[in-house]
Amino acid sequence: MAHTTVATAPGKSIWDGGVSPMGASYGKLMMWFFLLSDAFTFSGLLITYGLVRSSHQAYQGTIDAFTFSTEYWPVPEKVFEAVPFLHGVELPLVFVGIMTFILIMSSVTMVLAVEAGHRMDRKAVEKWMLWTILGGATFLGCQAWEWTHFIVGTGTPTVKTIFDSVTGVSQQIDVYGANLHVNQYGPQTFANFFFFITGFHGFHVFSGVLLNFLIYYNTVTGVYDRRGHYEMVEKVGLYWHFVDLVWVFVFTFFYLV
Amino acid sequence: MAHHSNEPQVTVLPPDRAKIMHLWKVAGILLAVTVAEFAVAFLVPHEFHTTRVAIFVAMTIVKAAYIVGEFMHLKHEVKVLIWSILIPMVFVVWMLVAFVYEGMKLSDIRFF
Repeated sequence: MAHTTVATAPGKSIWDGGVSPMGASYGKLMMWFFLLSDAFTFSGLLITYGLVRSSHQAYQGTIDAFTFSTEYWPVPEKVFEAVPFLHGVELPLVFVGIMTFILIMSSVTMVLAVEAGHRMDRKAVEKWMLWTILGGATFLGCQAWEWTHFIVGTGTPTVKTIFDSVTGVSQQIDVYGANLHVNQYGPQTFANFFFFITGFHGFHVFSGVLLNFLIYYNTVTGVYDRRGHYEMVEKVGLYWHFVDLVWVFVFTFFYLV
Repeated sequence: MAHHSNEPQVTVLPPDRAKIMHLWKVAGILLAVTVAEFAVAFLVPHEFHTTRVAIFVAMTIVKAAYIVGEFMHLKHEVKVLIWSILIPMVFVVWMLVAFVYEGMKLSDIRFF
């Protein structure tokens, strides 16, 4: 399909109909253009994060002396340093590194499923799709844990000063964890962006797992054998790799920078 | 066995060893770059913020190129398709530059 030789009648261009100028099926092209539009959506979110972050005061002191404050933008590796079952141990970025590893590996198993599909090897497609689904589900589980930790907080409160402009009275409150109203780690928008960006990505992973399961189901029931090709594996594969691609950017711009 | 004739005749081809090895090689590169990112995160001090960001962005682009080019197979598609996907990304680059610049100007004037 991808290697169809393009033959045109004399005096006609490949755009005059009858051949596929882009050498890809309708479904694959539409997946590509959908992903392009989705890339714009994620770019919008991440770039707005960049705008808001660069408009806030950055932390000035040394890394060792860092404490949470609502006055300046936090250093991400100080926020994301917890690992399940290792309570109280500071392991910056280790857990998110494990999540990155899981997602990259599930992308590899997906591309192996696509390769098996090209060979009409049903057993191999089933095997690799199952690994991919497992990887996606594990990632979602990790994210649920990370969200819970982020919402509950570190156990040590951050003091925030609230000024009431009506009465003119300032009061100080202890903030534990983060949600859309308060945030112990830094400015409120930091928590909001965390929920929106990782949440929107997590939603993509979730729908990706559902699509992968659908493909697995159709493979097991022999739909693609009867159809004569496994192109659906390729199309959903494109989507799954895109989810991995977005995570690469989220990992860099939210957790590392 | 009675239903055997209703089943589609499927010819399963043997695994393409070279292609599979290539895919694992790409996976190895992706993981190696991720490990290198961790090394930079902990070895390059935070005082060199610009250097850190430059290295992270460069490594992210390398990873993105491998995922899109090899896993999503874009590198091996027809040229028209490659450019149809890549050229619109110019808008994203411009948006990034414009908005982050705007953000830095905002930080000069905000007082909260």
